[in-house]
Amino acid sequence: MTGAESATAGPATGGYNFAYLDEHTKRMIRRAMLKAVAIPGYQVPFASREMPLPYGWGTGGIQVTASLIGKGDVLKVIDQGADDTTNAVSIRKFFRRTTGVAVTERTAEATIVQTRHRIPETPLRENQIIVYQVPIPEPLRWIEPRETETRKMHALSEYGGIYVRLYEDIAKFGRVTTSYDYPVLVNGRYLMRPSPVPKFDNPKMDMNPALQLFGAGREKRIYAVPPYTPVKSLDFTDHPFTVERWDRPCAICGAADSFLDEIVIDDRGGRMFVCSDTDYCRSNRAAKAAE
Amino acid sequence: MYVAVKGGETAIEAAHELLAEARRGDPGIAEIGVAQIDGQLALAVDRVMTEGSLYDRELAALAIKQARGDLVEAVFLLRAYRTTLPRLTASLPIDTGRGRIKRRISAVFKDVPGGQVLGPTFDYSHRLLDFALAETGAAAVETGTPGAEPLAPRETGPMPRVSSLLGEEGLLEPNVATAAEPEDLTREPLSFPAARALRLQNLARADEGFLLSLAYSTQRGYGRNHPFAGEIRIAEIDIEIVPPEFGFPVVIGSITVTECEMVNQFKGSESAPPQFTRGYGLAFGESERKAMAMALVDRALRAEELGEAVTAPAQDQEFVLYHSDNVEASGFTQHLKLPHYVDFQAELNLVRRLRGEWVQPEAKAAE
Repeated sequence: MTGAESATAGPATGGYNFAYLDEHTKRMIRRAMLKAVAIPGYQVPFASREMPLPYGWGTGGIQVTASLIGKGDVLKVIDQGADDTTNAVSIRKFFRRTTGVAVTERTAEATIVQTRHRIPETPLRENQIIVYQVPIPEPLRWIEPRETETRKMHALSEYGGIYVRLYEDIAKFGRVTTSYDYPVLVNGRYLMRPSPVPKFDNPKMDMNPALQLFGAGREKRIYAVPPYTPVKSLDFTDHPFTVERWDRPCAICGAADSFLDEIVIDDRGGRMFVCSDTDYCRSNRAAKAAE
Repeated sequence: MYVAVKGGETAIEAAHELLAEARRGDPGIAEIGVAQIDGQLALAVDRVMTEGSLYDRELAALAIKQARGDLVEAVFLLRAYRTTLPRLTASLPIDTGRGRIKRRISAVFKDVPGGQVLGPTFDYSHRLLDFALAETGAAAVETGTPGAEPLAPRETGPMPRVSSLLGEEGLLEPNVATAAEPEDLTREPLSFPAARALRLQNLARADEGFLLSLAYSTQRGYGRNHPFAGEIRIAEIDIEIVPPEFGFPVVIGSITVTECEMVNQFKGSESAPPQFTRGYGLAFGESERKAMAMALVDRALRAEELGEAVTAPAQDQEFVLYHSDNVEASGFTQHLKLPHYVDFQAELNLVRRLRGEWVQPEAKAAE
């Protein structure tokens, strides 16, 4: 994961630098990441580049990964928790092509996990990095569309508005009606959007031993949650934060503690609930078979 | 079991093969060449170069071919290539007053020093389909000799800008040169308030359709600024660099640009006498509509600086500059095609629960 190592990779990747980005760009992005790590939850502006994949398809995460990755890394890419969704396949292929590094589907084997919309069920450990693809980094955006205003609000920790919105939900519906991209407070200071992971995944961010990096390409922001940093989902003492539960386990592996996808299996209302995290589901089955 | 988006590896391969086949079209018809696109679809090439912000006709033509004629997709291809290029040097600022003129018109004076030069314009053509063009080799007008430059620009003497003529009388606000190095939004992310040079860079790369509609909205009263087309010129301009080992400028090539200088009304304020104000547009190639729209939007975005009320979308920096880039806009709009089933599942659970708790209004009344 060092610049010197990747700089020497040379033109083995068809006329492009190792991991596509030139070394100057990588250095600029690494500086932004260092600043992001130093100020947990703060959105650091960076000069995002056009990537050969479209904006909205993970360009921020890809740039973060491309700036981190070295020849010794093992990369896992997931979308919706699964390694085999089309966009995950496409991004994994992009890194195979531009770096030649080893890829894996096993969370435990990966040194870098790039993700869209999920945090793996298998707990991450130290020396792992999880890179989130972020569409809209600003947690205050739906309250205030102007960047000039929201930056001021962050500077002043002026987060009353978001609590009012949560309160309005509770007054109207009896509960907070945000089920994903649920706002969190990082290290007691910055309000942060966890990217659109279901709120089921929010507790995994808290005191996580892995480094969590967030890249928003189109919006040109990078932010981070360093290892072992408190991440608190917003709530009220009389309405504590809760996560969704299913009234049945995964139909394939029997896990009762994972996020389940609903699969429509016929046109007569038939449904099947299975783990969204394909690696977790597979390793559960393997463990059962071994018993 | 039908699985919509998972298990994509082979499906993606197959889709790419199908795309290559679709791009080629009927193999019984000759394949289109990049040089043909460059020569005969030149205005498409100009647009892709402008919004792709890379002046390379051959690469832009290739991008158009690869994108099956989808110009926004072609812009994207060109940008993704451009971003990997090293920056060797910065040229001297171009001087559009010294170019070889292909077209030059002013709408504010009947005649201007240097004359009105119509050039190859659609303006006064009748938009009747020319069925003769449907037959290749039998076009209504076949001109020139094969291999010759189709449109040799005129070597012209100095052609003073209309804006300078107005400026001499003090009727037009002076262009204030700033000593500061202009910012570059491909190297520094946009921040607000954005200086005019940075706004112009954003507008130069902006989607033509977006700018056109915004410009049009100012004409219809959403941030009206009383524009006149002071001057539009299309010219071939030499690009000069100063290599450090030489210490003097060297011409390294030339590019064609379209420049539009709008002259807009301004009633004056306590600190400034009544005078005309400026809006500026510049685009690669022959991109007149783009340059004009850009000039109108540039003027609209100067509202705050000129003490005008910011009331319309075209005057709103954040609104315009954050939404003008079609590579960003196209990507994010189309990302809705990606799977969202995890978030949707979370929403499904919530809506089911809310529906379970919902009480019929009649039942509520009965309570």
